[in-house]
Amino acid sequence: MLKYVARRLVQLVPVLLGVSILVFFGMHLIPGDVAELLLGDKGTAADLARLRHQLGLDQPVYVQYLRFLAGALRGDFGVSLRTRQPAIWEIGQALPVTIQLSLAALVFAVLFGLAIGVFAARHPRSVLDTGAMVGVLIGVSMPVFWTGILLLLVFGGVLGWLPLGGMIDEGMRWRRVTGMPVVDGLLTGNWTVARSSLAHLVLPAVALGATSMATIARMSRSTMLEVLNLDYVRTARAKGVGERLVVSHHALRNALLPVVTLIGLQLGLLLSGAVLTETIFAIPGLGRLAITSVLARDYPVVQGVVLIAAAIFVLANLLVDVLYAYLDPRIRYT
Amino acid sequence: MTVPALALAPRAPRRSAALSWRRLVRSPNLLVGFAVLVLVVGCAGFARELAPYSPIDQVFTDQLKPPSAAHLFGTDEFGRDIFSRCLYGARIALVVGVIADGIAMLLGVVLGTVAGYFGGRADAAVMRVVDVMLAFPYLLLAMIVVAILGPSLTNAMIAIGIVYTPQFARVVRGAVLAIREQEFVEAAGAVGARAPRILARHVLPNVLSPIIVMATLTVGFTIVETAGLSFLGLGASPPTPEWGSMLATGRSYMLTAPWIATFPGLSILVTVVGFNLVGDGLRDLLDPRLRGRGF
Repeated sequence: MLKYVARRLVQLVPVLLGVSILVFFGMHLIPGDVAELLLGDKGTAADLARLRHQLGLDQPVYVQYLRFLAGALRGDFGVSLRTRQPAIWEIGQALPVTIQLSLAALVFAVLFGLAIGVFAARHPRSVLDTGAMVGVLIGVSMPVFWTGILLLLVFGGVLGWLPLGGMIDEGMRWRRVTGMPVVDGLLTGNWTVARSSLAHLVLPAVALGATSMATIARMSRSTMLEVLNLDYVRTARAKGVGERLVVSHHALRNALLPVVTLIGLQLGLLLSGAVLTETIFAIPGLGRLAITSVLARDYPVVQGVVLIAAAIFVLANLLVDVLYAYLDPRIRYT
Repeated sequence: MTVPALALAPRAPRRSAALSWRRLVRSPNLLVGFAVLVLVVGCAGFARELAPYSPIDQVFTDQLKPPSAAHLFGTDEFGRDIFSRCLYGARIALVVGVIADGIAMLLGVVLGTVAGYFGGRADAAVMRVVDVMLAFPYLLLAMIVVAILGPSLTNAMIAIGIVYTPQFARVVRGAVLAIREQEFVEAAGAVGARAPRILARHVLPNVLSPIIVMATLTVGFTIVETAGLSFLGLGASPPTPEWGSMLATGRSYMLTAPWIATFPGLSILVTVVGFNLVGDGLRDLLDPRLRGRGF
């Protein structure tokens, strides 16, 4: 198992190297360099040449790439052109917020997706099954940014049950431990912070997880339907095992396998969706940082965000592959 | 020269066409999906005739009017009729979605065919590029492409096309790998047919089914993703009646004039539902092994 994980980790190196090449040279294709953006209209030609020399922009492009790569390995992506803070600091502030949001969305998607899928599979071709599948179709087809707006309108605006965006009540401060306000609130025993941030998390997590929930429901329904018709399930029923136990103990475990793969695929969707969700709900996460930096042409931050997001994405997929192999003894670590 | 190869190649009998038509008519997903798409295409095609007002003319006396007989979907902050803008938006969404999908399909088919048919180093090189592209979360890759090309609807369309290319490449490669080993392909090679001819006459026609299914299923997503880029300010610019940018504007008036964001979102939903239903229906029809995986 360890050998398998190690080999998969080694296989990730060329992929991440490819990502770094694509990001670095992609940013170089954009007209105007970092020195011009840093100086703006204020500097003279001499100032520009000096700054270019300082930043190493007068070096051949492959030297610049190697310097970028060496910096990236140390976590140094340069200084944000927008805030003049180190890019890694900006990313470090935003990343835990996005992880918290994505995990909450994933938990919502898995719990509700599985529940709906299993329920629909247990009542195939019934009105409830049809209703659930129509809901799933709508869930898969709804753009995350519209779902977010509707949730804000109904639960934030009309009903007033939940806050209208943000990560925590304005002016509220908390002691950072992980950078995730809900977790930090719980860890430090600051219930006010935990409650406030949890209330702010509900709508964005639902908006972000809705599409994944629908996809998981759809997949778990079809795999459950297949598994429930297999001989060993029929045998279990024939032996007098209760229907609830047949579903939860015999069928669900096998039906879960394809769903686990699907969950891995959903991670990319969640990271993409986080850009839109964080924009709608004004959450200072990685997605919002990415779009703000792209619009402000803050390339050091863009490079950092993209590299880190890609690394998280491929590592999460590796984790899912390992989990899949662990859950299904037929799969060997080859 | 390729007579033996042609003799071995699978031919679609006329009976199977009749069978497919019967299945098509019996598939409620496909029928509903087609009906929805006919409606959307009709709205897009006849937008000029159907729209009661200009989609871009500003009427300041009609600002933020709620839905009424005069303005079915209400008006926006510039007094523009939202119903008219949604109709013209259908035209933009369909063109953008289909072209982005076409870009992805074209690039994906070329890459997937090269990788699957030639194998070896070509396969390794193409698949490494595909792996790298798949390592990016979709929207981040699209944002980088738009950052390089500059924000505009055309560039957003190109970006989304590039983002979806690896998925097509993977599907096509897998299908080509399977077809490459078939006897009729070997026979074509044995009688001297060159690679381009084998690919064009024998391989590609036999991998069309998964390509068609994938293309139909992804159109809906390309429409959503392009609208997402416009929503973020990286696609269409005002006053273009594009659904994503209309939603972005509507967000600011969410509490005072919710209809501005409601109807463009509903338009996206209906269109994507149509494509998803047709895609699922076609998948059931063309690949019976996957029947029942959809809705």
